[in-house]
Amino acid sequence: MEDVKKIMHVMRRAPHGSIYTYEGLEMILIMAAYEQDLSVAFIGDGIYALKKDQDTEGIGIKGFAKTFMALDGYDVEKLYVDEESLEERGLTEEDLLVDVEVLTSGEIGRLMNEQDVIVPH
Amino acid sequence: MLHTINRSPFENNAMETCIRFLQPGDPLLFIEDGVYAVQGGNRFSDLLESTLKTNPVYVLQPDLAARGISAVVEGVERIGYDGFVDLVEDHQVNSWL
Amino acid sequence: MNIGILLKEGPYNHQASDTAYKFAEAAIKKGHKVDAVFLYNDGVTNVTKHMDPPQDDRDIARRWNELGKEHGVEVLACIAASKRRGINDDVIIDGAEITGLGTLTDIAIRNDRLVTFGD
Repeated sequence: MEDVKKIMHVMRRAPHGSIYTYEGLEMILIMAAYEQDLSVAFIGDGIYALKKDQDTEGIGIKGFAKTFMALDGYDVEKLYVDEESLEERGLTEEDLLVDVEVLTSGEIGRLMNEQDVIVPH
Repeated sequence: MLHTINRSPFENNAMETCIRFLQPGDPLLFIEDGVYAVQGGNRFSDLLESTLKTNPVYVLQPDLAARGISAVVEGVERIGYDGFVDLVEDHQVNSWL
Repeated sequence: MNIGILLKEGPYNHQASDTAYKFAEAAIKKGHKVDAVFLYNDGVTNVTKHMDPPQDDRDIARRWNELGKEHGVEVLACIAASKRRGINDDVIIDGAEITGLGTLTDIAIRNDRLVTFGD
């Protein structure tokens, strides 16, 4: 398994206000087919992508929150959420659509240092 | 891991967020509008000075020059695009866009 | 060292394209191989062929084209991002190609570094 690379996608932007999160998700779904060691870190406003109860009908933009729930089916199971980002937004794990690992910035920082590639979105 | 920051700290929290995740010893490089962070005597100088105790900090000189900045916090090293490449030779890259 | 570049912003609007170009140029000068520049998000508009900036300004599309030709750098625009933005084979410069995200994955796997520029 020497050829397997550790690739972390970092989500730091809120969904809908810009396309970065959505196109980031599209990239993750394609990369998932290549059997690499993928993970996704949600930091800052990136956490809002996982917020429950998003309804984009009124803004006329296709919603994609539910696609995050499908990541598991693509074997993308390493979803990390920054604890401080969650707390400063007054959110808890209960507010999120999917099961995630809530980690400290130090823990996520150490994981970042193990990566071969980091892709910011 | 080389961390790059390209946003002004006055309009975006990329620098503060990055520093929270930064591991000791990892280099930090300010480019584009990120270079406003290293100008001496600004609101972020204290944070930068404490970061310099544990991490090397670099700034892209052509971006400083383009923005008319000459005085930078002591200890911040000015490099060119070739120096940027040297850092990438030694490290994987984490761009805090 | 083999380097892949991911460029996530369009030309002129943001400095990302300029920094990516300057970085690629410096890397090549130092003897590194810049394998590919992959254009994503609005970055796909870096290679539209009707770009016509004022004479005293840089021509970003032509610059990517020349870098590709002279140094064997693949200049690739993501197909999904391109379609969304009205970019197809008819409107891109010679030398650039439209390709899928699988190609980006290959670039990430086969190179020593993937360096991202964006907003």
